[in-house]
Amino acid sequence: MENNINRRQFIATATKAGISIAAASAAAYLLYDKKGPPAKPKAHDLVTFPDYSVPKITGQTISIVKGDDRTKSVDKAIDLLGGIERFVKPGDNVIIKPNAAFATSPALAATTNPQLIARVVRLCYDRGQAAKVYVTDNPINDPASCFTLSGIAKAATAAGAKLILPKENLFRNTTLAGAKLIKNWPVLYKPFEKADKLIAIAPVKDHHRSGASMTMKNFYGLLGGRRNIFHQDIHTIIAELSMMIKPTLVILDGTVSMISNGPTGGSFDDLKNTNTLIASCDMVAADSFGAQLLDLKVSDLPYLEKAQNAGVGTTDYNSLKPKFATVT
Amino acid sequence: MKIVTVRKISQVFFFTLFIWFCVVSTIGDKFFQIRNWPVNWFLQLDPLTAIATILTTHTLYWPLLWALATIVLTVIVGRFFCSWLCPFGSIHHFTGFLANRKKSNAKKIKLNKYRKAQSIKYIILVVFLAMAAFPSIASTLQTGLLDPIPLVTRSVNLLLLPILDSSVNFLSVTQRLYQGAWLFFIVFLTAILLNLIIPRFYCRFICPLGALFAITSRFAIWRIGKTKDECSNCKLCEKACEGGCEPASEIKISECVLCFNCRADCKDDLVKYQTMPSLAGQVTNPDISRRGFTISLASGILAVPAVRLSAKITTNWTHNIIRPPGALDEKRFLNRCIKCGQCMRICPTNVIQPAGFQGGLENLWTPVLNNRIGSSGCQYNCVACGQICPTSAIRPITLEEKQGTGKFKNKGPLKIGTAFLDRNRCLPWAMDKPCIVCQENCPLSPKAIYTQTVFNTIRDGVLTVKKSTKNTIETQETSMTADSFTTGDFYCAAKNGEKAKITANNENTIEISTENNFKIPRKGEKIYVQIRLQKPYIDIEKCTGCGVCQHECPVSGKRAVRVSAEGETRSDNRKLLLKT
Repeated sequence: MENNINRRQFIATATKAGISIAAASAAAYLLYDKKGPPAKPKAHDLVTFPDYSVPKITGQTISIVKGDDRTKSVDKAIDLLGGIERFVKPGDNVIIKPNAAFATSPALAATTNPQLIARVVRLCYDRGQAAKVYVTDNPINDPASCFTLSGIAKAATAAGAKLILPKENLFRNTTLAGAKLIKNWPVLYKPFEKADKLIAIAPVKDHHRSGASMTMKNFYGLLGGRRNIFHQDIHTIIAELSMMIKPTLVILDGTVSMISNGPTGGSFDDLKNTNTLIASCDMVAADSFGAQLLDLKVSDLPYLEKAQNAGVGTTDYNSLKPKFATVT
Repeated sequence: MKIVTVRKISQVFFFTLFIWFCVVSTIGDKFFQIRNWPVNWFLQLDPLTAIATILTTHTLYWPLLWALATIVLTVIVGRFFCSWLCPFGSIHHFTGFLANRKKSNAKKIKLNKYRKAQSIKYIILVVFLAMAAFPSIASTLQTGLLDPIPLVTRSVNLLLLPILDSSVNFLSVTQRLYQGAWLFFIVFLTAILLNLIIPRFYCRFICPLGALFAITSRFAIWRIGKTKDECSNCKLCEKACEGGCEPASEIKISECVLCFNCRADCKDDLVKYQTMPSLAGQVTNPDISRRGFTISLASGILAVPAVRLSAKITTNWTHNIIRPPGALDEKRFLNRCIKCGQCMRICPTNVIQPAGFQGGLENLWTPVLNNRIGSSGCQYNCVACGQICPTSAIRPITLEEKQGTGKFKNKGPLKIGTAFLDRNRCLPWAMDKPCIVCQENCPLSPKAIYTQTVFNTIRDGVLTVKKSTKNTIETQETSMTADSFTTGDFYCAAKNGEKAKITANNENTIEISTENNFKIPRKGEKIYVQIRLQKPYIDIEKCTGCGVCQHECPVSGKRAVRVSAEGETRSDNRKLLLKT
């Protein structure tokens, strides 16, 4: 073999070397970072929940039905507000937000009653002609266990709804304008993104820290992350949650109320038949009425006034001319 | 069909079945969830588990009767388990084949020759059984460390499935986590990579179950052997010999794993599976000397007392080893737990974790609760771990027994530990911040966590009244931050202790609620800005140690409420209270 390479070989080698140098330099140029890393990672792309509310009709904002049969009560309560057709239009995707917080039996009323969910799902399909109804929550106990043991999974799917478990990839960060607490915080967002209507169904429960857990507190279940730190300022976070989300309709189930040992309950001794079910477009009004079922006044639940001051609704439910009825 | 084809079909079938059982070990009623699948079947077939638990407990727990079938079949036909059924064996078989398939026949024959070191597995077996066998000194069940069935079960369930499922979350809603899984990874990966050096390395040199089969197969009625003493001596029968048992010369019956490759590879059709011993001679006894046997027996017998000198299951027990509900007392627990990880796999909340070395050597990979991992502590309405445990190290308790209801009413709920409040870290106790998340989440009724309400004057909270009206107080100081007392938790107190809720404030004015007939302080009087705190207390007689409070505690590093094993029902000597 010759000692010297020929011109052709040299040009080929030099070209390869040149390309390597150019590639390395280009990579260095493109990746060049003069500033170094910021103190914190970049904020996520923030999301905002859609507004699910429907136009107001005076005198048809809140209905209060007495009775011990949830199915009949909810039928009546919704009819008094103009029927499900007012809230769900044909082809709508409806999302239902129950309180599925704990992995306990439905008999203990720590979670939204499954028959009630099933009934609302059927109403959405049969009379509202919804395209699809979804049910989701981010519970406190193990999510799959909560939906199973509370009976919600079975009742909802049997009625034709699709259950969405709160998987990690369904959360997005949100910031509520003007909020003190909800800032760049993860929320269960993806199931809500494409929905047209939101119906939230919550039981009436004692809650040692905030006083009561009803329709407003139910939206705590939208929060992700280590949300328990918000208990330091529970009334503000509940008020902010009610500002963050504008549901189509809330249903407050006080057919049986958890009057003690809340919000977990755990014994029939903690329950009382209060035979009341409320449907409302104004969750502040619904919870203000619901407070009575737990022998509480509006002033015992500071989050109500906070929400009222923020314009979410009114604590003076009588001003809305509630529709009353009794079903047997 | 050739017998090696049948063997391959069997391997694929049982391997698939094993993986399927791992996949379906999830609570739920979907087709890919547990329903009634016998997910412990491979563990039950394992005679090492059966024999070792017989040695430690002197009984054969009923589901382990399956192991008798394995033993009987092995006595009749030889080590069929290794090459026909064992999922770990199939992994080694396949990777060994992949790694060496391009080598020349001469090299393959060399790779598969018998090695003296293959007797190490007998030493391992004898040490493990000796550790299990002498209750008068101390006994412990440690076979699970290297027994291939528990090993492959935990490796798939607690290592491979969580990794594979992490991107899709198909098997679980949230990522399954297992502390110290890196050690499973190292063991599993090492075992597999050793096949690159010698095929079926684990099976030939380490596997204590294989060693047990080797001993039981010495009387096998059918065995591999040559039908002629003299042959062309091409040694092709040894090129794919999985056991390294040298069928060409004096076959080591104890090492033969019944892969039947020799029979398929013999050009002259001289190797048969038959009742007659090989005409080239056979060795039936495992290759372990009397001295080797004695030394390993003695080491095993001494090892347990040596480990027990640490007093890890007596006086020096580890307080944060919280066992699942239904677990036996520590000594009997360690006599049964095979470290298979089934309880950790089935636990719906992922709170059951493999122990590291914190509870002593014996505790490695046994189940402990870690309330900082998983979706909640030990779920009140769940007894899945005891139902799945293959050896009843965790008894199959009912919900009634766990919760102390029905016929267990007199015994009260089963305690797995007791929650202790760390008042130096608790928000209301240490930092005057409202919280009580622990109380809220206590699943008992009445709750084991209760509160007492106190009003504490905040820092710089003593102010002097400058002017006051019916519901406003202007202070001389201008030290307040606007809107900072409007959370609903702040009160304005007078000197006599009467107080009213603060509804609004700015730098120097407080607005108060008028509903309590609070007598407004006059100019010059002191007022006290106070925060209303509900301070949590634990009712130690009610607490069951479920750990939901610890899981939910917002002090996310070292929790302000932590479960410790004192008071657990399973051990009488860890009582905390006079009355239980």
